[in-house]
Amino acid sequence: MAGTALRRRLTWQVAKVSAVTVETASVRTLTLEVPDWPGHQAGQHLDIRLTGEDGYVAERSYSIASAPGEPVAITVERLDDGEVSLYLTDELRTGDDLELRGPIGGYFVWEPGNGGPLLLLAGGSGIVPLRSVLRHRERAGSTVPVRLVYSSRTLNDVIYRAELDRPASGVEVIYTLTRSQPPGWSGYARRADAALLAEVAWPAAAMPLAYVCGPTSFVEAVSQALVQSGYPPERIKTERFGATGGT
Amino acid sequence: MSPVSRGFHRRRQDPAENAGRVPPGQYVTKDFPVLSAGPTPHTALDRWTFSIGRLGQQKTWSWAEFRALPTQKVTVDIHCVTKWSKLDTAWQGVSVDTLLEAAGHDGPFAMARCDGGYTTNVPVADLTGGKAWVAYAYDGQPLTAEHGGPARLLVPHLYFWKSAKWVRSLELRDTDDPGFWENYGYHIYGDPWREQRYAGD
Repeated sequence: MAGTALRRRLTWQVAKVSAVTVETASVRTLTLEVPDWPGHQAGQHLDIRLTGEDGYVAERSYSIASAPGEPVAITVERLDDGEVSLYLTDELRTGDDLELRGPIGGYFVWEPGNGGPLLLLAGGSGIVPLRSVLRHRERAGSTVPVRLVYSSRTLNDVIYRAELDRPASGVEVIYTLTRSQPPGWSGYARRADAALLAEVAWPAAAMPLAYVCGPTSFVEAVSQALVQSGYPPERIKTERFGATGGT
Repeated sequence: MSPVSRGFHRRRQDPAENAGRVPPGQYVTKDFPVLSAGPTPHTALDRWTFSIGRLGQQKTWSWAEFRALPTQKVTVDIHCVTKWSKLDTAWQGVSVDTLLEAAGHDGPFAMARCDGGYTTNVPVADLTGGKAWVAYAYDGQPLTAEHGGPARLLVPHLYFWKSAKWVRSLELRDTDDPGFWENYGYHIYGDPWREQRYAGD
């Protein structure tokens, strides 16, 4: 059983923040030095635990943004009522300690041996685990063809834009901006729906492998459209992101 | 003992009436987040059946037969391993006690099997005695597909991944083998009050 090896105890440990990268006005990437990291797969997540001086504890899960073999990094979007996300984006600094455990999850993962072609579909901060997949593919020397469809509100909300604007060979990045578009925008400007996917998704006959991550409405719409276009449900892996109300 | 996180302060103030109702590491949400590993299945009611029992000896109901069984209304708190809890959720369903009465108690463990291929394991003792239902309505409305409709298992005293969406059968068996998430490192039992999120917790 593929998952059996993962059935080991996950212990809390204290990592150190080694870098804070500003991705957008509301998004930060935290690079972490983790003393005892067992390694992770592209697409997995980890748990963060914060403790206040009064003993109050808050825990949340975050997708891992870095590829296997790279320093562990998470990318966090500030949510207005977010107790943990506000702390991680606005308070935490380089050199601070951060308690975590992981990696967690073994289904929404990709290894070069899983093949493709890959269709990656990201809504908002749902790009984070898919960015780990892209980096892993490049570092592993995989030539699996990839199409990434990335839906954001505006161009300024696109996370990892500098990186995604220079994709590796064999990777196509297709943006759609749902709320507003800059002057001269020639990309898509609507929600990722069946009509859009009919234009950009691999045909089902190519036996693609799809990974969908974003808010529930995005994941539901996209995965249903793929099923209707002939993708077998077992070739569509989904993960909901930022749907937990006030993380 | 966890180290104090420099500069971290509580921002959420749970109302006093929530005291004692929120397990460790959880926070209360008013949303109803959706989590699933694949596309939402849509099974037509005329093709839907529910079965319970040992493999090869299961008692099976059609949707009409299932809906003719005695039902219960329950209001319960639910706790997802992804850290959210939702209080006072109102469901309607058929008690697993009712289903087992018709099928016979035959085995200490159950594997829930679902449309889409999802599975989860639960001891039968956690499904009986008024602790679990096959729920078909939420908040007075038919259960929507994204929340597990036509029907989902409801086992509110365990983390919510045990409350399998799109459930189609409870296979009774002798061994407590891991289901889908349990195979990926999630806890074999999943008691939120003991914070049994992952294997070894």
